[in-house]
Amino acid sequence: MTDTSSTAAAGTSSSLQRPLKSILNVLLTLVLTFIGLTAVTFTIGRVMPADPVLAIIGDRAPQSAYDRVYVEMGLDRPIYEQYGRYLNELAHGDLGTSIMTAQPVLEDIKRFFPATLELATIATLMGVLIGIPMGVLAAVNQGKLIDHSVRILGLIGYSVPVFWLGMVGLLIFYGNLGWVAGPGRIDVYYDGVVDTVTGFILIDAAMAKEWDIFTNAVSHLILPASILGAFALAYIARMTRSFMLDQLNQEYILTARVKGVSEGVVIWHHAFRNVLVQLITIIGLTYASLLEGSVLTETVFSWPGIGQYITTSLFNADMSAVLGGTIVVGTCFVGINMLSDLLYKLVDPRARA
Amino acid sequence: MKKFLRHLVAWPIAVLTALVLSLSAHAAPPKDTFVMAKDVSDIITLDPAEVFEFSGGEVIANIYDRLMMFEPENLTTLVGGVAETWDVSEDGKTITFTIRPDMTFHSGNPVTAEDVVYSLRRVVKLGKTPSFIITQFGWTPENVDDLVVVDGDKAKITITEEFSPALVLNALSAGIASIVDMKEVQSHEVDGDMGYAWLKSNSAGSGPFSLGSWKANELVTLDANPDYRHGAPGMKRVIILHIAEPSAQRLMIEKGDVDLARDLTPDQIEGISGNAELNVQADPKAALIYMAANASDPILGNPKVAEALRYLVDYEGMQNSFLNGQFQIHQSAWPNGLWGAYNEAPFTKDVEKAKALLAEAGYPDGFEIRMDTLNSSPYPQIAQSVQATLAEAGIKASITTAEGKTLWPMYRAQKHQLILAQWSPDYIDPHSNLDAFAHNPDNRPEAKLTGVLAWRNAWADDKMNAMVVEARNEADLGKREMLYHDIQRDLQNQSPYVVMFQQTEQSAVRKEVEGYVSGATFDLIFYRNITK
Repeated sequence: MTDTSSTAAAGTSSSLQRPLKSILNVLLTLVLTFIGLTAVTFTIGRVMPADPVLAIIGDRAPQSAYDRVYVEMGLDRPIYEQYGRYLNELAHGDLGTSIMTAQPVLEDIKRFFPATLELATIATLMGVLIGIPMGVLAAVNQGKLIDHSVRILGLIGYSVPVFWLGMVGLLIFYGNLGWVAGPGRIDVYYDGVVDTVTGFILIDAAMAKEWDIFTNAVSHLILPASILGAFALAYIARMTRSFMLDQLNQEYILTARVKGVSEGVVIWHHAFRNVLVQLITIIGLTYASLLEGSVLTETVFSWPGIGQYITTSLFNADMSAVLGGTIVVGTCFVGINMLSDLLYKLVDPRARA
Repeated sequence: MKKFLRHLVAWPIAVLTALVLSLSAHAAPPKDTFVMAKDVSDIITLDPAEVFEFSGGEVIANIYDRLMMFEPENLTTLVGGVAETWDVSEDGKTITFTIRPDMTFHSGNPVTAEDVVYSLRRVVKLGKTPSFIITQFGWTPENVDDLVVVDGDKAKITITEEFSPALVLNALSAGIASIVDMKEVQSHEVDGDMGYAWLKSNSAGSGPFSLGSWKANELVTLDANPDYRHGAPGMKRVIILHIAEPSAQRLMIEKGDVDLARDLTPDQIEGISGNAELNVQADPKAALIYMAANASDPILGNPKVAEALRYLVDYEGMQNSFLNGQFQIHQSAWPNGLWGAYNEAPFTKDVEKAKALLAEAGYPDGFEIRMDTLNSSPYPQIAQSVQATLAEAGIKASITTAEGKTLWPMYRAQKHQLILAQWSPDYIDPHSNLDAFAHNPDNRPEAKLTGVLAWRNAWADDKMNAMVVEARNEADLGKREMLYHDIQRDLQNQSPYVVMFQQTEQSAVRKEVEGYVSGATFDLIFYRNITK
């Protein structure tokens, strides 16, 4: 006789343990990632030749001022002690104060990160909405003109420097044609008109029903997002084409076609569904790389984003800001990876086991 | 199916294009707002007791009136700012300032002698980097309450060191002599910080503008003070937009989205010269580019080698090529256009003479050397030109470029051989530069006079030290000027420096803009007379 109650209890316990284990795994991953990230960044900050004291006092300060600030910053302490102190402050939600902006790093991140998120999200959307159909179209027409066009376009988008593309884009669409607004997130005369609620100008302007400002913000966003989107598009289209070709050459596709299944069903229902898992990884990685790697686009377009913030801070030896920015980017990577894992389970039943 | 796929690609592209076309219009600059494009990433504070960066100095020059000032109407004559008149005691050590009546701060509070005394004491007590400009008078946090005092309705300062009164007054025109609104600042004091945390990103002045907002790496907004003592500024608002890319600045001024672009390259300036809507404004600056040789180096410490270096620079070639219009030849340590300048330029490229000097020094076949410089234009280009001319005399120079934050620690630690760098005065008096270039009272490495250029280059000369002190103390202006000429002449002939160029800032200005005054230093850039 089977003890059904104990089996049920074991099942309940197991079904409870599994999510708990997952959560613990995620937390452990997060903690280890952050410790690794902060430790490496902290060490780099301390061994690089740029002097954070001079970033505060300037190069002409007398030695007495230098020595005072050196001690105030705790640089006279052993590096492990400095790192321990940083982690302790971090645990209390204090990311320090930026030398460059004279503001708490957390406040800076609230200001700079939404700008990048807005830009990268639109760019990724463009990449997905145009890149995936392009990749599928190229795969379906392998070897034909349309395939060659997509491949060349992909090669250009992937290999042309973003910096150059940005400058040329500005020259043509802003300078010559006047189709889009120039550098910056918004025309400067609109600055401060809309209260910052989310930090995303599009959302804040829409919430305030300031449609002029909304339109203006879109006009500023469209070009840098397209430039970044071109990079995302090229990569996603190339990878979609490659994955699709792989699937379209499988025997099950041949079988489906022999059985008279329509071409649309073969492509989208059979082949495309099987490349979705790989595509999710590609899209996730692209999105994450745009979040931290858009510094050149941000520089060309004077876009006050997190990439520019981290880079400028690094050049100015502003390590609190660099560490804060690194943590944000790290969180994004971990978050996007987790989201990708969730999506795998949604699109692929085998991943749910 | 393929048709469907083509539609799938075409639709997003069509929507995007339609969106772009529908957004083509955007706001034009209002007539009462002046917008300037500039790289202002160097601003790290706007507290006048701490500001020591170019952009920050320029901003506070338009927010605060100083005790003494140069005005945009006459950039060469020192006049009273907050001070209406001043009396110097017979021994030259006490100066009593009468404060202008009826002046008010942006808050509406009256400007008083108490504010003057509080402002100067605050600089000394906070002890930030630029405080040395006034602590050199002998003021310390311990004695400043006794030496800077309110005397009835006047402010009285006493110096303990021997200084020419003219030098003291000149120094009191620097940013650290900005008069802050004592009541306003004290109301934001936290834990006895004298309002430091607050004033870094706020303002409490009496100048033509108040600080609207400072968003680091984004913009600075200044709002006009309608009650300014010279009358309301021409513009209601001045916006300094942080645009790091010169190419983007050029596009913006050509489109009319900004009124002034400050960081265009010589090529870009040339490119806009035919544009009927733009003017190019050229303003001489006090910034000097110089090369220095570390005298503790066994080769470079030889005076004959240092002399030879002066003949191994293609001054004219550089001035007339890649420096086109943005740097002029200047070979002495105090810039042209300011009182005390010495404008003789005796050196030209002369490889044969340099070779003879090197032979005398014992290096007829040259030597190998490292040259460090900044990684931003025009330093790498100048370094390459110098490298080429040094090679003509057999000197093999390797160039290392770096960010300032990396370069300066090495320079301050005397770890360079040759260095190509820039220097600008901290205040408008020859002592500012010549004290740094020529005065090194203690050349021992352990003395660590890291702010002094002569010490950084391990060079000291007793005669030069005495001359700098004599000029610093001399009350007679005529004699003082002659002394500074002598110092500069001697520096040209016997020092580790090769002063090469003085900067001219070329800005692109919209044709309708008038009244933008840009003097030799950031203390002398004025927005209040701008109209458009």
